[in-house]
Amino acid sequence: MRPGVLEHGYGVGPKLLFRLIRLMSGRPAPDAAKLTFYRPDFYGTHMKTFTQEAMRGRSTWSVGDRELMAAYVSKVNDSPFCVGAHTATATRAYQDGERVAAVLADLDSATIEEGLRATLGMLGKLTSEGTLNADDIRAVLSAGVSRQQIEDALAVGFAFNTTDRLANAFAFQVLSQEGFEAGAKYLLKRGYR
Amino acid sequence: MPAEGEKRSIHHLLVDRILQGPGRAPADQRARAFDNANLPEPLGPLLDKVATKSAQVTDADFATAMEAGFTDDQLFELVICAAVGESTRQYEAGLAALAEAIADTEAG
Repeated sequence: MRPGVLEHGYGVGPKLLFRLIRLMSGRPAPDAAKLTFYRPDFYGTHMKTFTQEAMRGRSTWSVGDRELMAAYVSKVNDSPFCVGAHTATATRAYQDGERVAAVLADLDSATIEEGLRATLGMLGKLTSEGTLNADDIRAVLSAGVSRQQIEDALAVGFAFNTTDRLANAFAFQVLSQEGFEAGAKYLLKRGYR
Repeated sequence: MPAEGEKRSIHHLLVDRILQGPGRAPADQRARAFDNANLPEPLGPLLDKVATKSAQVTDADFATAMEAGFTDDQLFELVICAAVGESTRQYEAGLAALAEAIADTEAG
């Protein structure tokens, strides 16, 4: 990671935790996890709380749907670490890799529910253009998506529009497929706390 | 408190913390990074890329800022402010569009 303090600047507690993770999993802690332990009072504590609420809090979107939204937003942001992490997590949550791959390859032709397609399209437009208008929202409502579901999806968008930028700027190390799958197992069991 | 209220209040706490709380970078620099506006030259290339095309950030962007005297900890904070700032503008634009669409529906 860059700058160097994100590689070497951790206190005794996080260093012990990272060592424990390596011992238990056989892999180093992913950079996404490490970042939240660097001066957590500045960023990590609040961001972990927000992300946990957006991704695992009460919502009528399933965990798989929200992980797919995370992967899709990350693809639009061209964030290889986050695409890998959330493709693996959505795949594991749905137990359906073809569904996830189809959405990431071509949203328009993927065989998914129309409401989910419209919501992913809305998040994609917001991420690439930086804004939405009321007509964009009306199109999603017309596809049968509720107001609350749109609010929930926008929260996922905030979480990953932030995390994708940090993954790219701080140069998170892209993991092996096995590493992403181990991370997915952890995120589905323990969440983002 | 409903779940969405919780998310918005956590978002406010995050934004308030990174902009108003103690930091190694001055609060006015953190605000400029958050707004992606009026950035001094050595920070501009790095922080504008974080906000608008983060996949293009390079080691050289960090090196330029560090040669100008910015520390790792200051850059840690300023990059976070730039990322959260752009994401916040998008989040708020989405919520505002939703509020407008719902208001029209209810009025109609």
